[in-house]
Amino acid sequence: MSPAFFTFKKKNVMICSIFKPLEKWSQLQGEASVLKNQKNNRKILSATGKHTSNIATSPSRRNFLRASAASTLALGTGMLASRSAAASGDPAILELQDWNQYLGEGVDARPYGTPSPFEERVVRRNVAWLTADPVSSVNFTPLHELDGIITPNGLCFERHHAGIAEVDPAQHRLMIHGMVDKPLVFTMEELKRFPRENHAYFLECAANSGMEWRGSQLNGCQFTHGMVHNVMYTGVKLSHLLNEAGVKSKGKWILPEGADSSHMTRSIPLEKAMEDCIVAFAMNGEALRPEQGYPVRLVVPGWEGNMWVKWLRRIEIGDEPWQHREETSKYTDLMANGEARRFTWVMDAKSVITNPSPQAPLMHDKGQTVLTGVAWSGRGTIARVDVSLDGGRNWHKARIDGPSLDKSLHRFYFDFDWDGRPLLLQSRAIDSTGYIQPTKSELRAVRGENSIYHNNGIQTWHVKGPGEVENVEVS
Amino acid sequence: MSKFLRSATALVFIATLTGPAFAGEFGLGREATPDEVAAWDIDVRPDGQGLPEGAGTVAEGDEIFAERCAACHGDFGEGVDRWPVLAGGQGTLQDERPVKTIGSYWPYLSTVYDYVNRAMPFGESRSLTPDEVYAITAYLLYVNDIVDDEEFELSKANFTSVRLPNEDNFFFDPRPATPIFQKSKACMENCKPAVKVTSRARILDVTPEEESTGIE
Repeated sequence: MSPAFFTFKKKNVMICSIFKPLEKWSQLQGEASVLKNQKNNRKILSATGKHTSNIATSPSRRNFLRASAASTLALGTGMLASRSAAASGDPAILELQDWNQYLGEGVDARPYGTPSPFEERVVRRNVAWLTADPVSSVNFTPLHELDGIITPNGLCFERHHAGIAEVDPAQHRLMIHGMVDKPLVFTMEELKRFPRENHAYFLECAANSGMEWRGSQLNGCQFTHGMVHNVMYTGVKLSHLLNEAGVKSKGKWILPEGADSSHMTRSIPLEKAMEDCIVAFAMNGEALRPEQGYPVRLVVPGWEGNMWVKWLRRIEIGDEPWQHREETSKYTDLMANGEARRFTWVMDAKSVITNPSPQAPLMHDKGQTVLTGVAWSGRGTIARVDVSLDGGRNWHKARIDGPSLDKSLHRFYFDFDWDGRPLLLQSRAIDSTGYIQPTKSELRAVRGENSIYHNNGIQTWHVKGPGEVENVEVS
Repeated sequence: MSKFLRSATALVFIATLTGPAFAGEFGLGREATPDEVAAWDIDVRPDGQGLPEGAGTVAEGDEIFAERCAACHGDFGEGVDRWPVLAGGQGTLQDERPVKTIGSYWPYLSTVYDYVNRAMPFGESRSLTPDEVYAITAYLLYVNDIVDDEEFELSKANFTSVRLPNEDNFFFDPRPATPIFQKSKACMENCKPAVKVTSRARILDVTPEEESTGIE
């Protein structure tokens, strides 16, 4: 017997002895089921009772007022129900909560964990009037509910052109052909045998904030800025795959294609493909989600999200761009004079304050206040973020916290003592190339109002007081 | 055939395809067969590369369009509900509300062939024959007043002779040679005299209602 195995066995015995002697297992299980029944009843109580009304509030002013009324009510009821009527203080402390007393669910209840029911409002949302059909549409990351730099997999915004393809990885192939020495086919197992890399990159849809070109339209950073997410990808260098097939010297462009019913394609210069593109099969440590291209997607760091072809099944190498629909009819920026920019791949530096914002107003009165947001640049890292409380008249350096990674979301904070008066909040990102995020007026002067794509102008939130924030523009 | 025999045959097939390793650094993957490449290689370029043999007339396209496309795009490409408008809009690109269609905006006809063949009809892609795609493309030229003869036939042979009117109005991304990139100083104090609110989201009121997802 190996020492390692012996240790394991010994540990195992120890774990058992910590709980109950083995001969009492059946008895223990009997007890557990009784407790479970009791607990189930109580669980319903705890999920529907007073605690819920305190915590799961929606952030509109109307709801805020309603929640205040509800918590006053809960306080009253709590004091009545309290066994020691004379005790004064917070019922959350004075009263015994269900979870203080009863057993919770066992380890077999949630084999794939989900967030607390109190977080049920934290979901991707769509704007139904934007598109003709939810199958070819977009939803938005709830940025105002997140912190740090990583977007949880289930909250990464979705953009499909033909719905979510449910691909069987055993039936999935990646073909590389065109101007190569030898056209190749890889299975998923073969792809995973190349040396792997891990990188956190933001993915931003080029149309993020596209609804705001003509003025303030949507009340919430989820809707104005939520077509961005940031995850840690695991995959293999695209250059490894291309080298394996042997790109001919005339090959200058690649055409990645998806396996879904839209067969999404984009032309990408070979230089970018060889520089840092990744063929990724995992996000945040687990397999890609179907919504994000399971089993394999292309990662094109810093460039338009549309180029990050999901359900990647084919890459052709050619000497000219293909001028396909998504790089001519779409993802070209119409200027005021009727001409249009094309091949606008890089996402310029951008930032947004996520809290406070219309969906997440300040719920407290004046005093110590946390302002936070995210910033990113397709050209490198974020060197600095400035924050203004007065609509861009005066600026303060924000504090960037957490990892500062190339072409990745950065988290910034500005901690200040709020005097309770209305605020006009703005954030301004400066990236490692020295590029300064423009105001919306500066952007419109160059681009007009019909660009749709690449709106990285400075966002303004009008904090009117506790409980209310509006999306506005300022002079 | 028994289940065992079937899987045994499959294994032999896979073994044949796997073959010996190649000269690549990692020796992974196998050579694609010409039939496999042909099955997936559907892309078409402006110079005509990728176009299959085939032909279709405006009149044929009219019938196919009515049956396979008009439910979303309208009989004449005018668009139903929020589905894409395919025709008209010429001369609107400088308007407050430009109408971007194949006739008014798209630079290349090959994009029409490629996209119809690759992704249309919505929910039933790859179901059209090359002749049908040529015919639909011919019809889309007709409803955009780019051809005016119902008997006009579009084919592999004459495809690249047709040009779309807006081709010359596209230019390469000029960044970073734009004014925004020239700015090098970020003002920190007294950057403007006074600040007025000039636009409010609430006036439009188009934000989706935050439906209650809390526990009832």
